[in-house]
Amino acid sequence: MNSIKFLFAAYIATWIIHGTYLGTLVRRFSRLKKELDELGESHRSANQ
Amino acid sequence: MKRGFLILSVLTGLLLVYASYQALEVAPTERTMGDVQRIFYYHVPSAWTAFLLFFINFVASIQYLARTKPSAQTATKWIFIAIGVAGAVASFLPPVQQQLTSLGMRPSALATTALMLPVFYLLLGKWFPGEKLDILAVTSAEVGVVFCTVVLVTGPLWARPVWGIWWAPGDIRLTSTLVLWLIYVSYLLLRRFSNSAQTQMLAAALAVSGALDVPLVYFSIWFFRTQHPQPVIGGNGSIDPRMLHILLLNWLAFLCFASLVCWSRFRLEVLKREVEEAYAMESLGEPVAVAPSMPLKRGTR
Repeated sequence: MNSIKFLFAAYIATWIIHGTYLGTLVRRFSRLKKELDELGESHRSANQ
Repeated sequence: MKRGFLILSVLTGLLLVYASYQALEVAPTERTMGDVQRIFYYHVPSAWTAFLLFFINFVASIQYLARTKPSAQTATKWIFIAIGVAGAVASFLPPVQQQLTSLGMRPSALATTALMLPVFYLLLGKWFPGEKLDILAVTSAEVGVVFCTVVLVTGPLWARPVWGIWWAPGDIRLTSTLVLWLIYVSYLLLRRFSNSAQTQMLAAALAVSGALDVPLVYFSIWFFRTQHPQPVIGGNGSIDPRMLHILLLNWLAFLCFASLVCWSRFRLEVLKREVEEAYAMESLGEPVAVAPSMPLKRGTR
């Protein structure tokens, strides 16, 4: 039984799933930070 | 806070590497299945982590629903305390002890679990007051779905070389796990695409009913004959002590990793709500404080 490839496939799949999810978290964080900066900019320009 | 997160990340990374090394190299090779059995060391901890996260989601959702009325809040608290005390007392009754022993369950395990329920409920309410309960609920559900996805992917990768098939249609453990995943995906879709003021309440109600599937998934292999292997811990199962040690080490590593991911997701949700609030205030023409760091405070500028 050539089972070792299934073992590594499962291991790689596990970390691809976690890595993809972490990637989406980072992307969502940077998008929100950008929105927050834009809000700050618009607020500052409105005050001037 | 940032430093604590960094230190915990490094420690978790080291623990994950060490646990993976133990699982892939040090753990004894199973006699009949060979190396593919090592999938067990991240399939099972992922499942346990997902169950724990769904349980957190369940308790947070109940508290979120109950907080609308003080009487409901008090009643729920006492229901949890009653369940805890009743479970602990019942575990000392000889007929219950006999029944539990025949099922391969230790009475002390039932007593501990029962007593932990009200403690967990009260601590969660104390640590996550108000809206934070809802943030905790969405965080635990989302991270739980990720871990449940790992379970559903690694399971078939183990089954193919061992059973000769990827999936056993009709197997109660497999089907109930898939249903559990679908319930929580629905929960996340509801939260993502519904803009109603009642969304959080509806999601909490869905979470409470969906969590009922968790005990069905967990105990299905105790009470039904399934293609899925029978339990190795409890349920009259047995496991080599070295394997058990490595399994628990991997679970610890996955728990630390899940805590870090939940921490990040929680902060993301807080930030998201602050941005939404800032937009709402801006549209109303009210002054909004946009600080480079959290939290946002309205009307301070």
